[in-house]
Amino acid sequence: MKMKKFAVTSLIFAGAAMTSLSVQAADKVKIATEGAWAPFNFIDDSGTAQGFDVDIAWALCEKMKADCEVVTQDWDGLIPGLKVRKFDAIIASMSITEERLRVVDFTNKYYSGGLRFLGEKGTSFDLDNLDGKVIGAQRATLGAQYLEDNFTGKADLKFYDNQDNVYLDLLAGRLDIILSDELPTYNWLKSSESGEKFEFKGDAFQKNDEIGIAVRKGDKLKAKFDKALEEILADGTYATINAKYFPFSIY
Amino acid sequence: MEFSVVISYFPRLLDGAWVTFQLVLLSIVLGAIFALPIALARISSSPLVRVFPFLYIFFFRGTPLLVQIFLVYYGASQFEVVKESIFWPILREPFWCAIIAFTLNTSAYTAEIFRGAIQAIPVGEVEACKVVGMTRVQMYRRILLPRAFGIVLPAYGNEIILMLKGSALASTITLLDLTGMARTIIARTYTPIEIFLAAGVIYLVISMVIIAIFKQVEKRQNRYLGPINVKVPDKG
Repeated sequence: MKMKKFAVTSLIFAGAAMTSLSVQAADKVKIATEGAWAPFNFIDDSGTAQGFDVDIAWALCEKMKADCEVVTQDWDGLIPGLKVRKFDAIIASMSITEERLRVVDFTNKYYSGGLRFLGEKGTSFDLDNLDGKVIGAQRATLGAQYLEDNFTGKADLKFYDNQDNVYLDLLAGRLDIILSDELPTYNWLKSSESGEKFEFKGDAFQKNDEIGIAVRKGDKLKAKFDKALEEILADGTYATINAKYFPFSIY
Repeated sequence: MEFSVVISYFPRLLDGAWVTFQLVLLSIVLGAIFALPIALARISSSPLVRVFPFLYIFFFRGTPLLVQIFLVYYGASQFEVVKESIFWPILREPFWCAIIAFTLNTSAYTAEIFRGAIQAIPVGEVEACKVVGMTRVQMYRRILLPRAFGIVLPAYGNEIILMLKGSALASTITLLDLTGMARTIIARTYTPIEIFLAAGVIYLVISMVIIAIFKQVEKRQNRYLGPINVKVPDKG
């Protein structure tokens, strides 16, 4: 008898706990970023995620009055993680592409980028004849995709788990050229000691590259993010965050 | 589930499996070659000789394989000395970096397996060798090593399968082994479940082949351990 009573009370409690949970879940938003894409997202010395993406995330959460949490996840696990509900949104400088749109929804853009080649100062290369050249990029990025589409079989292509490893191998001399997004690389050239030996090669291309926030297909969160984005663009919050990282507008 | 992607990308997965196969085969062969002297030094009666293999095994068994790969691949290339040395053409290649890390790692484990096998031989057999007047070399060549070979097989087969799965870490240094290839395909198709399932099945098939080979070798080598098959004459 006692056992039964206990079971019933605990069931009631569990039920109550669950309803209160689902009430909270409405404004709880778990946002994932990568944490290896300075200055857009990176891990600071204390281990917390920082950067343009993260600042935008917090600004949006404030407008949405949502209870947010920012977590980090390796790049190629971001979309799979979103799909299986490990988090609710990706704010990780992710370009809006047709292939990604087949599996996730994107908000309007929150900045735009472009691809640009990078190599050692004093060297040059001919894009029509890359025989024997080794080109690196981060796996599952626009740059990697562009290389696969245009240079498979024409050059030696190498793909890395994150951008830091791409730079490491460039410094080690294993790579002749890297292809990556212009803005983070701009930051690397400016801010790291080793950056001064390298320079951009040629102009940026694919400048129609728009960066958006990824959410699950059909998630109402998309509309909320879009509204909040409009608000921060209108009230100057966006411009303040932009100015913190780049001396020019990246919208 | 979208299993059509598995069919269209299957040839590329097989290319990856071939790289995995080369990595595992080369590193276990090299690993076994290094492991034998390490194991013999490990059971030496002199503490001075024993300490080096002990430290070697302690280091490589006590640190993660991923760390070892990163040290060889990203670590070594930080030093100008390494980049200017004659080893750079080898250390430049991710394939050889993986081989180096895997060989060092598996040789440590294999040495321990060899040592255990040699020490598992009954003392009586060692004494018998000495009684008939064999030299140390003769004793090892004729009796101890062939005996140890039989004892080592089950544990060694295990180590090879562990190495097969450990080889997936090669994908972290840009190698397109089975796992690396799967991840590169997923970057394109966003179908992790389907592609990883297919890669998992290929790993399983490779393991099955390894298990089958070892079963055959064990059967031949350890015939004397098989079921007793004595004909008892009928009464009458």
